[in-house]
Amino acid sequence: MRTITYRDAVREALREEMIRDPRVFLIGEEIGLYGGAYAVTRGMLDEFGPERIWDTPISEGAIAGAAAGAAVAGTRPVAEIMYMDFLTLCMDQLVNQAAKMRYMFGGHASVPMVVRTQGGGGKENAAQHSQSLEAWFVHVPGLRVVMPSTAYDAKGLLKSAIRSDDPVIFVEHKLLYNSKCEVPEEEYTIPLGKADVKRMGSDVTLVSYSRMTEFALSAAEKLSEEGIDVEVIDPRTLSPLDVPTMVESVRKTGRVVICHEACKAGGFGAEIATQIMENAFDYLDAPIVRIAAKDIPIPNVRVLEDMMIPQENDIAAGVRQCLSG
Amino acid sequence: MKNTEKIGLLRQMILMREFDERAGRWYAEERMAGSTHLYVGQEAVAAGVCAHLCRDDYITSTHRGHGHCIAKGGDLKPMVAELFGRSTGYCKGKGGSMHIADIRFGHLGANGIVGGGMTIATGAALASRVKNTNQVTVCFFGDGAVNLGPFHESLNMAGLWSLPVVYVCENNLYGMSTHHAKAASVKKIAHRAASYNMPGHTMNGMDVSAVYNVAGRAIRRARKGNGPSLLVMDTYRYYGHSRTDPCSYRTKEEVAEWKSRDPIQKFKAKLIADGLLDERTFGEMVAEANRQIDEAEDFAEKSPYPTREDLETDVYCDDLLEMQ
Repeated sequence: MRTITYRDAVREALREEMIRDPRVFLIGEEIGLYGGAYAVTRGMLDEFGPERIWDTPISEGAIAGAAAGAAVAGTRPVAEIMYMDFLTLCMDQLVNQAAKMRYMFGGHASVPMVVRTQGGGGKENAAQHSQSLEAWFVHVPGLRVVMPSTAYDAKGLLKSAIRSDDPVIFVEHKLLYNSKCEVPEEEYTIPLGKADVKRMGSDVTLVSYSRMTEFALSAAEKLSEEGIDVEVIDPRTLSPLDVPTMVESVRKTGRVVICHEACKAGGFGAEIATQIMENAFDYLDAPIVRIAAKDIPIPNVRVLEDMMIPQENDIAAGVRQCLSG
Repeated sequence: MKNTEKIGLLRQMILMREFDERAGRWYAEERMAGSTHLYVGQEAVAAGVCAHLCRDDYITSTHRGHGHCIAKGGDLKPMVAELFGRSTGYCKGKGGSMHIADIRFGHLGANGIVGGGMTIATGAALASRVKNTNQVTVCFFGDGAVNLGPFHESLNMAGLWSLPVVYVCENNLYGMSTHHAKAASVKKIAHRAASYNMPGHTMNGMDVSAVYNVAGRAIRRARKGNGPSLLVMDTYRYYGHSRTDPCSYRTKEEVAEWKSRDPIQKFKAKLIADGLLDERTFGEMVAEANRQIDEAEDFAEKSPYPTREDLETDVYCDDLLEMQ
């Protein structure tokens, strides 16, 4: 099978869905002529023209709000917000408007929109271009939150997100765009709400998503040399969250480590941990361990940034701690 | 304007007036669920603007939105039922006065956030471009919204892309208690239109003929693809911001002065002077409006409240089930 990059996988999903459905259009900063700040939409303006690829002013509130308005008015916009940090500039539009229209209006309105953005650190981009703010959006009923870790998952999940009648926050990772994996040429989709067991194991369940899944898998390989057999589960979508797949794993391993790149306090790991407590407490043989970023703004210089964001060694240490508990 | 249209506008304004006078009473009698913001005094704006809209044109509305809903073609029964929190309401009791909406007649929602409808209206207009239809969107908002970021972002985007949207600012002088002069850096909101490559007009929002004429031009302009407009309607709310507002920030004289320009009384007098109306017919129109409201009230009263089964529905679509 061919291998393609995460970037190309996202672009393929966009192209295929735009060809499939004339109601799908893209709106965002620098997505046309420039081809996207991370080159995801390169070439799409030439292919689809300016009535389907809308290059906007720097105006995140209007991008998100216009996407919500266009969605409720019968189209299927895919908005790009250049950095996840910039979602702070469209919180009313996403949280008070898009997320709530279906419910507030008694089910008569659908808001089939996707907000594509990219988050995460590791590029010395400092505190306003590196955050992982997914927990905020999981906390808003009405929104879906997707955070793929591979090219294969990104393509299949983005296609489902675009076809969904709900507003979806689709979070890519800036350091995954060049990662490659096998992606079939044939059409496929991945349903929202299905976790993926990225590595089978029997000693401990390691839950991670987005770029941390790469670290989790490499940590698992290292740990296997010590005789520790790690199962790595990537929920892929945080809302809806596939709890049964995690519970099934915990029933086998009895031990859980959760890893994410977001700050620990109020982070999504707390939700995962509590779901496991509520649904699999009797199977736990040790306290759940959380590996997360430190609760500080993200520093710029790499020597500090690497201390702030979990690394492979931190994950391995967390697994050993869990096994000694 | 044809004579039948004039009578139609008067009938609409009477219905809005009688509806919100009644809503005020329902609130006082604690028969309504939640808060309410009355449109009384501002009827000429919704009537004169929406007279030019087709059923599939879009509006976004505000927290003071009952008039917009009636003018856009809303049905009184689900409106009252929504105010009463019943399952037969426009939003099944989940939205209330501040969130009445029905996409089926182009109503994209009243809104609890000041300026909340601005980017949504801009997006609905963008959708008309993407779909290649000639639908127009009208965005209603108050003077309180014009100092918010979304006002700037929306008008900039619409002006830049020449979108088919008409921004209708109902300047009723107060954002809660704060006078417009203490909130905006310009005296004339319409002057801001110059920043957005669109025409701006200020008009007497108590004069339904003036509203009808100017809004008609702006809506036709948008429909032809010639771009957006900003219309500022000078108007007044006879009651306070909400039903708990003591109105200590304005004088009785000011209220009386504005009431002397009442849109319904002025238009009624004009139609009588033109020989199109007499007192008896006017009285019948008021009675007919009240009969419709009675009927809607009765419908709402007899409707059930939503139940626990309704609580967690309508949060998400059902497509996950289909996909799985």
